Amino acid sequence: MIEIGGVYTVWLREMIRYFRQKERIVATLTMPVFWLLIFGGSLRASVDVGGIDYRSFISPGVVAMSLMFTSVFSGVSIIWDRELGFMKEMLVSPVSRLSIVVGKALGTATTSLIQGIMVMLIAILLGLKVGLATFLLTVPLMLLISIGLVGIGISIGSLMNNVEGFQLIMNFIVMPMFFLSGALFPISNLPPTLKLITYLDPLTYAVELLRHVLIGISSIPFAISLFVVIGFSVLMMVLSAWLFSRRG
Amino acid sequence: MDIIEVKGLTKTFNKGFIAVDGITFSIKKGEIFGFLGPNGAGKTTTISILCTLLKPTSGKAAVCGYDADSEQNKVRKCIGVVFQDMTLDDRLTARENLELHARLYGIPKSEREKRIDEVLGIVGLKDRENSIVKTFSGGMQRRLEIARGLIHYPQVLFLDEPTLGLDPQTRKHVWEYIVMLKRDYDMTIFLTTHYMEEADELCDRIAIIEHGKIIAIDTPRKLKDSLGGDTIVLDVDDKDTEKALKTFKGAKRFDGQIILSVRNAGREIGKVLERCRENKINVIEANIRKPALNDVFLKLTGREIREEEVGLREQLRRRRTMGGHGR
Repeated sequence: MIEIGGVYTVWLREMIRYFRQKERIVATLTMPVFWLLIFGGSLRASVDVGGIDYRSFISPGVVAMSLMFTSVFSGVSIIWDRELGFMKEMLVSPVSRLSIVVGKALGTATTSLIQGIMVMLIAILLGLKVGLATFLLTVPLMLLISIGLVGIGISIGSLMNNVEGFQLIMNFIVMPMFFLSGALFPISNLPPTLKLITYLDPLTYAVELLRHVLIGISSIPFAISLFVVIGFSVLMMVLSAWLFSRRG
Repeated sequence: MDIIEVKGLTKTFNKGFIAVDGITFSIKKGEIFGFLGPNGAGKTTTISILCTLLKPTSGKAAVCGYDADSEQNKVRKCIGVVFQDMTLDDRLTARENLELHARLYGIPKSEREKRIDEVLGIVGLKDRENSIVKTFSGGMQRRLEIARGLIHYPQVLFLDEPTLGLDPQTRKHVWEYIVMLKRDYDMTIFLTTHYMEEADELCDRIAIIEHGKIIAIDTPRKLKDSLGGDTIVLDVDDKDTEKALKTFKGAKRFDGQIILSVRNAGREIGKVLERCRENKINVIEANIRKPALNDVFLKLTGREIREEEVGLREQLRRRRTMGGHGR
């Protein structure tokens, strides 16, 4: 069902495309930098999050945000593949649908991981204190988080027929997921209703996971966050594979 | 057993539209077979089914001895496809596109380089192998797509409107490649076109398709012979048109002109003009036409395949292609 060669080929294409668009890499780094520099820098004097520097507090959240933006949008890019035709080239080849979707997901997750590492390096430059061991530990976690988020992108991309719904995804899925995730505030102090909503947001657990590893605090126990993130990634992979193959 | 066998193939889309309506045909190994018909006749739908991209509603289609519906992977391995719309990755170089294709078809590393060089040579793009596809002209992109379709040595090559939107010179080049593939590689080629002269020039056999049905299938020679000879085209005064139709049995009217089918136009035109004079039909101009496929189509359907019948999609594609620049 899955051909390693096929998966690798689809992955390879994503890599070549990613590294060829250097200006896009720079562009996608500007948003996280703005959040860390302007938002984090301006609020750190007036916001108290349990004695921790506010910019360091939001750093894991901004890393998670950049993982999400890259993953969801690259996942949705299968619409472009369809529109511009390359999808047909893959569909008519002897590579199975499952291999195509897995290759696409792994390729996108890899680019997202590279993006996340770059954002983390910027956060470190701006004062986040992280040891090498911790830094390395976040790599598999970021990859895991990305896979779940790519699944969201591919699922949406399989359901949509054209690129016009792009802005809609931005406004109704990506932005709310980011703002409700506790990336910018501690969820333990929230009013009950809002707290419940943040618990329903899968990105919350990703942020908690990274925050626990990077700065040692979290509102949700590490094991629960890890369990939810793994479960969500598996679920999204299965869903996106099914939606993509069904459309075939 | 023939390399492509299609029996009672039907494809109905959601809204009840019947794109392909119970067609039956077969193609022999090494043949260049053409599907000729106007846009929307069902050509692309048929190709899509044979290439396993669409499931048939009913009927059977077998390619290389495998069922196109239930043995998709086996079919995919033995065919090459050049689609009507561009399916290259235009951010990659020509060589990268070919390499991805070779990998998708599981061609071992030792063979890959050699075959890529070979197909680049066939379509004459060796000197541009490291250019980004976006910078290619429409003709170069098409040639690259043909090259790509050949890397895995397919037994059958499908070409959907291979010369659509190309300038006459590039079109001639593409024709040469197609003939060469048949001659040197004994490849079976299935192509669709709405260009009469393309079908006439290239194909060993042609199926004329309209409204999802095959209305004629034969060699170009026999199709033309079936017209019963030459054509005389009379341009007469408007007021005399009806009279002319009555005078000549079996005459047809097309575009305000009178069309007569005769065995030998050169010999009979004198008699025809004499009868016009006798019946006081004022002839402005008389022309002799040797049979062309266009006349076959006209005779079968009562209308011509119009070349300006180009869909919106194609216009968009052309515009996109125009963005790139040629050599």
